[in-house]
Amino acid sequence: MKFTKTFAAGAVSLAALLAGTAAFADCGIEGAGSVRILSNDFEALRIVNDVALSCATADVTVTANATAEHKNIQGPALTVNPAEYTVAVVANNSIVPLLNDDLIRPLDDLVAKYGASLQPNQLIKIDGKVMAIAFMGNGQHMFYRKDILEKAGVAVPTSTEEVLAAAQAIKDAGLMEYPLAASNKPGWDLAAEFVNLYLGTGDEFFAPGSAELAIDNDNGRKVLETMRAMTTFMNPDYLTYDANELNKLWDAGNVAIMNQWGSLAGAATDPATANAEVAANTGFAAAPTIGGGTIPGAALWWDGFTIAKNISDEDAAASFQAMVKGISPETIAANPTAATWLVAGFEPGPTAVGVIGNAKGGARAYPMQPYMGLLHTALSAELADFIAGKEDADQALADVKAAYDAAAKEGGFLK
Amino acid sequence: MPHRTFFVFIFPSILAMVLFITLPIVSVVVQSLFVQHEAVLITVENCDPFGCSEQTRIDTEAMAKLEAEQPLGQFAGFANYLNRNHLAVDEIGAIFADNQGLGDIVSQIFNLPFYKALSFTLVYCFLVTPLAMALGFAIALAVNTLPALLKGPTIFVSILPMIITPLVGSLILAWMFNPSGILGATLQSLTGDPTLSLRASPALTWIVLLVYGVWTNGPFSFVVFYAGLQTVPQDTVESAKIDGASRWEVIRHVIIPHLAPLATFVALVQLMDNFRVFEPIVGFSAEANATSLSWLVFNDLVGQDAQLFGSAAATSVITIVGVLILLAPVLRRTWREFNQKAV
Amino acid sequence: MSVATRRPAALNALILAFLAIWVIAAAFPFAWTVWGSFKVEADFFSRQSWWMAIEGTRTQAQTGSAFTLAGYEGAWVQNEFWKAAINTLIVTVSVTLISLTIGTLGGYALARSGYRYAFWILIAALIFRAMPHITLVSGYMLPFFQLNIWGVLPTTIIVLVAINQPFTLWMLHSFFLSIPKDLDESAMVDGCTRFQAFRMVIIPVMWPGVITTGLFSFLLGYNDFAVTSMLLAQENQTMVPKIASFLGSIQNEGNVMFAVAAVVSATVPLFILVLFFQRQIVSGLTAGAVKG
Repeated sequence: MKFTKTFAAGAVSLAALLAGTAAFADCGIEGAGSVRILSNDFEALRIVNDVALSCATADVTVTANATAEHKNIQGPALTVNPAEYTVAVVANNSIVPLLNDDLIRPLDDLVAKYGASLQPNQLIKIDGKVMAIAFMGNGQHMFYRKDILEKAGVAVPTSTEEVLAAAQAIKDAGLMEYPLAASNKPGWDLAAEFVNLYLGTGDEFFAPGSAELAIDNDNGRKVLETMRAMTTFMNPDYLTYDANELNKLWDAGNVAIMNQWGSLAGAATDPATANAEVAANTGFAAAPTIGGGTIPGAALWWDGFTIAKNISDEDAAASFQAMVKGISPETIAANPTAATWLVAGFEPGPTAVGVIGNAKGGARAYPMQPYMGLLHTALSAELADFIAGKEDADQALADVKAAYDAAAKEGGFLK
Repeated sequence: MPHRTFFVFIFPSILAMVLFITLPIVSVVVQSLFVQHEAVLITVENCDPFGCSEQTRIDTEAMAKLEAEQPLGQFAGFANYLNRNHLAVDEIGAIFADNQGLGDIVSQIFNLPFYKALSFTLVYCFLVTPLAMALGFAIALAVNTLPALLKGPTIFVSILPMIITPLVGSLILAWMFNPSGILGATLQSLTGDPTLSLRASPALTWIVLLVYGVWTNGPFSFVVFYAGLQTVPQDTVESAKIDGASRWEVIRHVIIPHLAPLATFVALVQLMDNFRVFEPIVGFSAEANATSLSWLVFNDLVGQDAQLFGSAAATSVITIVGVLILLAPVLRRTWREFNQKAV
Repeated sequence: MSVATRRPAALNALILAFLAIWVIAAAFPFAWTVWGSFKVEADFFSRQSWWMAIEGTRTQAQTGSAFTLAGYEGAWVQNEFWKAAINTLIVTVSVTLISLTIGTLGGYALARSGYRYAFWILIAALIFRAMPHITLVSGYMLPFFQLNIWGVLPTTIIVLVAINQPFTLWMLHSFFLSIPKDLDESAMVDGCTRFQAFRMVIIPVMWPGVITTGLFSFLLGYNDFAVTSMLLAQENQTMVPKIASFLGSIQNEGNVMFAVAAVVSATVPLFILVLFFQRQIVSGLTAGAVKG
C-alpha cells in the first residue's frame, strides 16, 4: 500500500513540474534558428535547460545535453564547424579551454540587443569584451554546528587559527573526537583546498604576466602547514573524503566545523531528508581567513553560458535569447532555493549566507589564467604525501613545481 | 587457406580494428612526440561578478597562425616520455648521484608520480593474477565434487562478482570496508582496535584493493577451469589411482597438466586486464595511497580541468610497451605453437 | 564407483566449509545491496553504524516505513531510467550480434590459415587490447564531431564492436582450432565452397563457443563506461553512464540510492541471462581454451 502512495506522490510532483515549465513558453525569439545546449548535469542547470527548451517554436529548435562529461565534450564539439552545440554552460575553470582555443564568440552585440534583463555584474568581460553571462555563484564556505560550539564555549570562528582553537576546545570538552573535516581526497578536491587558502593569503599563484609558478614562498608554506594542522582534528580517513562525502559526515553529526560548497548547503538542511537534529543546529558563515589576513580563504565561482563561435549568427541570436529566457528573473523567482542565483530580483535565502559572506568579505574568484588548470592538476597529485604527513612542506612545494613545470613545458607555456 | 579466401573472411574484423584501434594508436604515438606551440601570452583585464583583475590570456590570433603553420605543435622527440611526470630520467639520475643510502633512493623514486603508479600497477598485476587463478582453481575443484543439485546454484552465485557493474560494485564494497560499514566495523571489533581504518594506511589500502581484485577476478578463472575439469580424461585419473597415487598427486600430475593450456589463456587475459587496473582505485577513493598507469591517463584526460593529450599519449604508449613485456613469454609460446601448426 | 563416495569425511567437510565461505563472499555484497536498495541513503551508507541499514532508522523517520521504493521510483520514474535500459538493450544486442558475425568469420580464417601473417594479426590484436580505452575514446571525439556521427547509438555500437574485436577474435580462433580440420575439408571435397562449409558444417558444431563468446561480448558492452559516457548524447545514454550521473559531481549532490536501485534493477536481466546460458558458458569455454 505504502509503495503505491509513494508512486502516486511522485507522479503528481512530476506533473506539477511539467506544468510549471510550460507556463514560460513565450520567449519572443525573432526569426529561425537552432539552439543546442551543452551543460553539466545538476538540478539548477536542468531548470535553466528546461525553460530554454520550452522556447522551441515552429522555426526554432531547442535541444539540450546535460552530462557530467561536458568538460571533455565541449572542446571537440565546439571545434568543428558548424559546432555541435551552440551554447556551452561553463564555470571559471571550464571556460578557460574554450578561451584558449578561441571557440566562443564575444556577446556585446547580443547583450545590447536582447540582454535587457541582465545585470551588469552578470557579464564576464575578458579584455573588455563580454565572453560569458554568469547566472549562478558558488564557493566553499564554513558550515558549523551551533550546539557544539555553544557547548564548547567558543564563538563562530572567523580565521583558520580560531578554527583550530575551536577544534581543540571541542575535543577537550569531550564533545567530538574529530571535530573538523575537509575535502582532502587527492585529485581535484585536494588541489581546490590549497587554492582556496592560498587565495586567502592575497598572494598570486604566478609571476605577473608569465606562467612562472610563484607559490614557493612563505604563504605557500603557511597554507600547507595550516592544512596539515587541521588534519590532526580529522578522522584518520580524511584522505578519502570528497565534497559529497563531507555532506554525509555532516548529516551523521560527526563533524562540527568544515568548509563545504554552497551548492550543497541546501541538501545539508533539507527538511525532507536531512538529520533533523543536525540540520536545526547547522549554521553557515564565510570561509575563515588565514595568517591574520582579511580575505576569506575560498575561491568564488560562477556558472554562466557562452555562445559558440563556429555557428551562424541566426543560431547565435536564437541561442542567446533562449538562454536569457532560461536565466530570466521569472525562472529564478519560481526556483529561489535551487542555487545562489546572480540574477536580478534574487533574494538570498538562509543557505546562500555563506557564499554571499565570502563575496562581501572580498574573497577572490578562481583564477582564469590559461595555465591554472595545469597547476590544479599538479597540486592534485603532489600534495597527497604532505597531507598524509609523509614529507615536509618544502618537498611538497618542490614536487608541485616540478610537476607543474613539466606539464607547462608540454603545454607550451614554459620553455 | 588461400590468401584471397582468408582476407575475404577476415576483412570486416580487420576493417573495424584498423579504423577504430590502429589509426587512433598511430595518432596517439604521433601525439606523444609533440608538445604544444609556445604560448603567446598577453595581459588583459578580466571582470566577473566578483570584481576585475589583471590576468594573462592566450593571444588566440597569434596562436592560430602558429597552428596553421604546424598543426601538430612543436616536435619534441621523446621529451614527453622522459620528463619528470613520466620516466623522469634526469630526476632518477640525480637521485642516484646524490642520496643517503638505498632506503633514500627508494623513497625518492616513489615520490615520482610515474614510479608510484607503476609500483602499485605491478604489485596488483602480479599478486592478483595468480591469487585469483588459484582461487578460481580451488573453487572449480570444490564445485566439481558437489552433488548435481547444488552445482547449478553454486556456479551461479560464484559468477556474481564478475557481473556487477564495476562502477557501483567497488563503491558498495568500499562502503562495506569503511570503519562504520559492516566489514570495517566487524574487523574493528575482531581486532579489538577501535581506531583501525582500512583506508587510512597505505599498506591496508593496498591489501583491500588486492582482496577486491581477487574477488572480482576469481570468477573468470573459475568458469574457465571448471569447464576444463569436465574434460579431464577419467581413465587417466583412474589408472593413476590404481597405481597408488594420492588425491594430491592426481591433482598435481594429472589435472594440473591437463589444465595448463587453459591457465595460459587465463593468465594472458588477466595479466593484461590487471595491468590496466583503474576502477577499484576510484571506487575505493584510494588515490592517496595507490595510483596506477591507467589512473594517470585518466587524470590527464578527464579528471581535471586541463587536458594533457601529449602526456596521456606518452603514458598510454608506455602502458602498451609494459603489456608487451609482460606478455613476451606467452607470445613466444604462441609463436612456437603456431609454427607447429601445418599450413 | 563415484569418486565422491571414497572421500574422507574430514576432506568433505573442508571442501564444504571452503565453498560456504566463498559463496558468502560472492553473494553477500550483492544481497546487502539488494536489501539496502529499499532504504534511504542515510541508512544504507550510514556514517554512524551499519546497523542502521538493518533497522532502517532514518528510512522510518523519512518515509514512515522501514522499506521504501524511493530509489527505484527516483531512477525509473523521475529520471526515466527505462530509456537508458532500452538504449542498453539496443547497444548490447547489436554489439553482440555484430561482434559474433564478423568475429566468427575472422576467427575461422585465423584458425585455418597457416601463414605467418595470421599469427601477426593475432599478436597485433592482442597489443590493441592493451591500449587504455579512455585514450582511444578521447582520440575519437574530434573526427566523430567532424563527421557529424557523434552522440548516436550506431557510432557507439561500431566502436564497442571494434574495441571488443581482439578478445572476440582470440577466443573464437581458439574454438575453431578445437574443431577438426577434416570436417570442413571433407565438406569442400564434396563440392562445398569455403563459405558453404563454414556455414553448413562448422557453425552448427560451434554453437557453444559462439554463445560463450557472445556472453563475454555482451558483458563487455553492458558494463562499458569509458566509451558510452563520452560518445553518447544525453537522450541516447545507456545505463552505466546514467548510473554514474546519479552519483553526483564535485559541487553537486547526487542521489546514490538512485544509482543503487538502478544497479540492482540492471542486474536482473543479467541474472536471467546467466541462469539461461550457464550450461553453454561452461561447456563452451572448455572447447576453446584447452587448445588455445
